[in-house]
Amino acid sequence: MVFILLTMIFLVIRVLPGDPVMLHFEKQENPDLMDQMRRRLGLDKPLWIQYFDYMFGLFRGNLGESMEDYSSVGQQIFSAFPATLELAIFSMVVAVSIGIFLGVEASKGYGKTRDNVIRVFGIVTYAIPVFFLGMVFQMVFGLGLHWLPVGLRLPPRLDPPSGLTIGSVHFSTGLYTVDSLFEGNIYKFVEAIRYLALPSLTLGLVLSGVFIRLTRSNMFETLRLDYVTAARARGLSESKVTYGYALRNAFLPVLTMMGLQFATLLGGAILTETTFSWPGLGRYIVDRINFRDYTAIQGAVVVFGIFVSFVSLVVDLLYAYLDPRIRL
Amino acid sequence: MDKPKFRKGMLSSIIPGLSLLSQRGLAGWLVVLGFIMVVSIVTMTAISPWVAPYDPSALIGKPLMSPNSQFLFGTNDLGQDVFSRVLSGGGIMLEVSILSVIICLLIGVPLGLFSSYAGGLVDRFFCLIMDSIYAFPGLVLAIAIAAMLGRGVTNMALSIAVVYVPSYFRVIRSQVLSIKEMPYVEAANAAGAKGRTILSRYIFPNVVPSIVVVATVNFADAILTAAGLTFIGLGVSPGIPDWGWDLTNGRRLLSSGTWWVIAYPGLMIILLALGFTLMGEGLSEMANPRLRE
Repeated sequence: MVFILLTMIFLVIRVLPGDPVMLHFEKQENPDLMDQMRRRLGLDKPLWIQYFDYMFGLFRGNLGESMEDYSSVGQQIFSAFPATLELAIFSMVVAVSIGIFLGVEASKGYGKTRDNVIRVFGIVTYAIPVFFLGMVFQMVFGLGLHWLPVGLRLPPRLDPPSGLTIGSVHFSTGLYTVDSLFEGNIYKFVEAIRYLALPSLTLGLVLSGVFIRLTRSNMFETLRLDYVTAARARGLSESKVTYGYALRNAFLPVLTMMGLQFATLLGGAILTETTFSWPGLGRYIVDRINFRDYTAIQGAVVVFGIFVSFVSLVVDLLYAYLDPRIRL
Repeated sequence: MDKPKFRKGMLSSIIPGLSLLSQRGLAGWLVVLGFIMVVSIVTMTAISPWVAPYDPSALIGKPLMSPNSQFLFGTNDLGQDVFSRVLSGGGIMLEVSILSVIICLLIGVPLGLFSSYAGGLVDRFFCLIMDSIYAFPGLVLAIAIAAMLGRGVTNMALSIAVVYVPSYFRVIRSQVLSIKEMPYVEAANAAGAKGRTILSRYIFPNVVPSIVVVATVNFADAILTAAGLTFIGLGVSPGIPDWGWDLTNGRRLLSSGTWWVIAYPGLMIILLALGFTLMGEGLSEMANPRLRE
């Protein structure tokens, strides 16, 4: 599947009408420079050789050279990736927490006003463009109330956290929250969370609708099962019954959905990153589009694809771990 | 003008029994509400050249005036009337979404019908391709294609369509797989009907309701994706009034506190997408009553 995907990306970038080099130079004709670039990037070779070059390059982690300055695309993506990962993780946490909480609340009052209000909320979140919500948050919480910062990952005066250093071995994840904890710098950790708050809330809210709906319908079914009634009959508190007993079963489909929604999340991340000047992979793609840097766009798209496939693999494994009925 | 009658008649020819909307409970009302929202926005955009107080592209006021009696929704950084731009700004978004849904229908439906009916290797091949696209972040793929194709309504619609064809394919395929096993299809087969006849006469009419549902939901997706593409700078040229472009433009002005520049176009996009979402929600509940649980 990953293989087909990579082939498709290759086809989209190289075979669709429009020669990347021509597009890069727009209308300024400069045949010498264009030929030079084609040779440098190997775009003058026959298509099938380009294809194998590209595939072999990928296996060695080589994503080609940027059309802008011939720097390594792989390295640039590698340094932008953790920012996107951090945003994705926090947004997913936000989306799932809101989704489960509201979903459970809705299922308790099935068909009543509370349920309908939550349902409408879920439908509305689905129809909001993520960047618009981001801008509204920026205006209200950032520029209006001055509660939270509206862009970047840390205040400009702070250096990025350095991560863990044991003796001469240096280790950093690129996730600022984790790195600042490794460094033992609580102030930086708090700042990193504050800077994460608005972007991840934006992205998380937009995604939460799916989880609300799913949790609601699953909980509704689970709450009617015998074992839940039995738990109630034993006099357990209502919250223990819903969260401790029913939710455990209703959570499995939510987990599957997390894997499926991850692709949507990354799409939304591009827009969120642009709104909040978040220096991640999405921002990188948008920048490169402005420079008409097609090798870089291709590289970033490839990394997105591999990332999504990797996540769906992890979800499958988790699923087998959490549900003893499924064994690999 | 007895528009409502015409509307009901049109819809019920698509899904028999839809005229019983009021008897369908909440789902029926959702469809009606969504339909009214969509129709009023489309009407508003269509008649905007005659009702807009100013030319949406003309620089008529001072830049960034807050909403007042002369300029209901204020003016943007160029001094254009935001209200007039809101009235006429849906054009591109509607064009793109309608075109992309049509492309999806033209590609996804026949492909889904053919692939699932043919079965075997052909089916496996198409499934694999469709699943790969489906699993990929839609917006990322649309961005890659749009970046290669360049600006323009058609190119935008194409890049959005590629992303959503798999949704049509999957729904139709799963439907055909079950319809294929129905006794009446078997009977037609036994009577010696050709594959093409079976597909078009016996199977296709039964898939239509699901196609309508997918297309309605897909409209909302297409609108949001179009807005996203515009936001990233892959939209149609900035000369034409467009909600997506106004939002993008408003981002630069955020720090000056001019909320009206983005608030109104943003709300319009939400309302339009919401209209289609409500319709889709209602229709899918009708087509599949078990989902109500």
